[in-house]
Amino acid sequence: MLELLQRIFRRDSYKTSKDVAHERLRLVLMHDRLDLSPKVLDELRTDLMNVIKEYMVIDEKTMEINLEKDQNCVALVANIPVIRMKRLPHS
Amino acid sequence: MGEVFVITSGKGGVGKTTTTANIGTALAMLGYRVVMVDADIGLRNLDVVMGLENRIVYDLVDVAHGRCRLRQALIRDRRFETLYLLPAAQTKDKNAISPEQMKSLCEEIKNECDYLLVDCPAGIEQGFRNAIAGADRAIVVTTPEVAAVRDADRIIGLLEASEVRNPLLIINRIRPKMVRTGDMLDVDDVIEHLAIELLGIVPDDEAIIVSTNKGEPAVLNPHSKAGEAYRNISRRITGEEVPFMNLENGGGLMDRVRRLLGLRTS
Repeated sequence: MLELLQRIFRRDSYKTSKDVAHERLRLVLMHDRLDLSPKVLDELRTDLMNVIKEYMVIDEKTMEINLEKDQNCVALVANIPVIRMKRLPHS
Repeated sequence: MGEVFVITSGKGGVGKTTTTANIGTALAMLGYRVVMVDADIGLRNLDVVMGLENRIVYDLVDVAHGRCRLRQALIRDRRFETLYLLPAAQTKDKNAISPEQMKSLCEEIKNECDYLLVDCPAGIEQGFRNAIAGADRAIVVTTPEVAAVRDADRIIGLLEASEVRNPLLIINRIRPKMVRTGDMLDVDDVIEHLAIELLGIVPDDEAIIVSTNKGEPAVLNPHSKAGEAYRNISRRITGEEVPFMNLENGGGLMDRVRRLLGLRTS
C-alpha cells in the first residue's frame, strides 16, 4: 500500500524499477567496457604523463596507473611520484 | 549496387528475425529489390516468419558449396515480386560456411538488388562472424531490458573491432504504459547507454504474434502499431526523414490525475 502511494505521488526518494535498471546497466556496462587492452592502457598512461609533465617533473619509471573496481564503483587510481614542480607563468 | 545490412543483437529473442522480415517486406512494398539472407545455420526461422517454409529447395550452404546456383536457391516472396529469401541450412555443422564464403556471396547478391538484409544468429561466435562478414552496415536490435542492452553493447564493440562502422539502433518491444509508470527503461535511457544512432522504436504489439502465426509480416497489417514502426524504419533506411512515432496517447486515468496535480516527473 505504501509503495502504491509512493508511486502515485512519485516522491523523489522513491526509486522506480526503471531507475534501478538504469543504475544496474550503468555499472554492468562500465565493468564490461573496463576490459581495456594493455595497449589502450599504455596509450592512456602516455597521454596522462604528457599532460602532467606540463606542470611538474614526475618519475616516469615508478608511476603506476590502474583501474580499480569494486561492487559499486570504478576508479582510475594513479600513483605518480613528483620530483619537482615547474615554475608556472601565472602562479 | 545494393547495400548490405546485418541485423544483429547478441542476445536471442529480442526480435532480429521479426525485424529482418518486416524491414525486408516494407522495403519491397516501397518498390525496392530486396534479398533477405537467413544466416542462422541450424536454427532457421526467417522462412517461417515470412510464410515461405514450404518452398525451400536449396539453401545458403548449398550455394556457398556450389551445389546449386544462387538463382536456384533464392525463394521469391508470394506477395512481392522484388522480395527474395535465401534460407539457412538446417545442418548441425556450425562451420558449414566460412566468413570468406559469406563475403563473396554477399558481393554476388548485392550486385542484383538494392538492399541485402542478413539475419544474424544470437551469440558472438562463428555464426556472428559469418553474418557480419559481408556487411556494409549493422542494425542492432535491443529491448529495454538490462540483459539485452548489455549484450547490444558487447555487439557494438565487436562490430567496431570488425570495422562495421556506425551501427544503427532499433529499440523493440517498448511498452509505453510501463515507461510512463517508471517500470521500463525508456528510449533515452537506452540511447544514453549505447550511444549510437537511433533508427527506430517499435512498440510491443500483439499483432506481431498473430502475424508470426500466419507467416505474414506485420508491415502488411495497416492497423498494427509495430507494423507502422517498421514501415517508418524502412523509409528511414532509404534516406527519408521520418519523425519517430509518438507512443504517448493520452495515458491512463492515474496519469491524467498526476499530470493535473503537477506531480508527474516526466
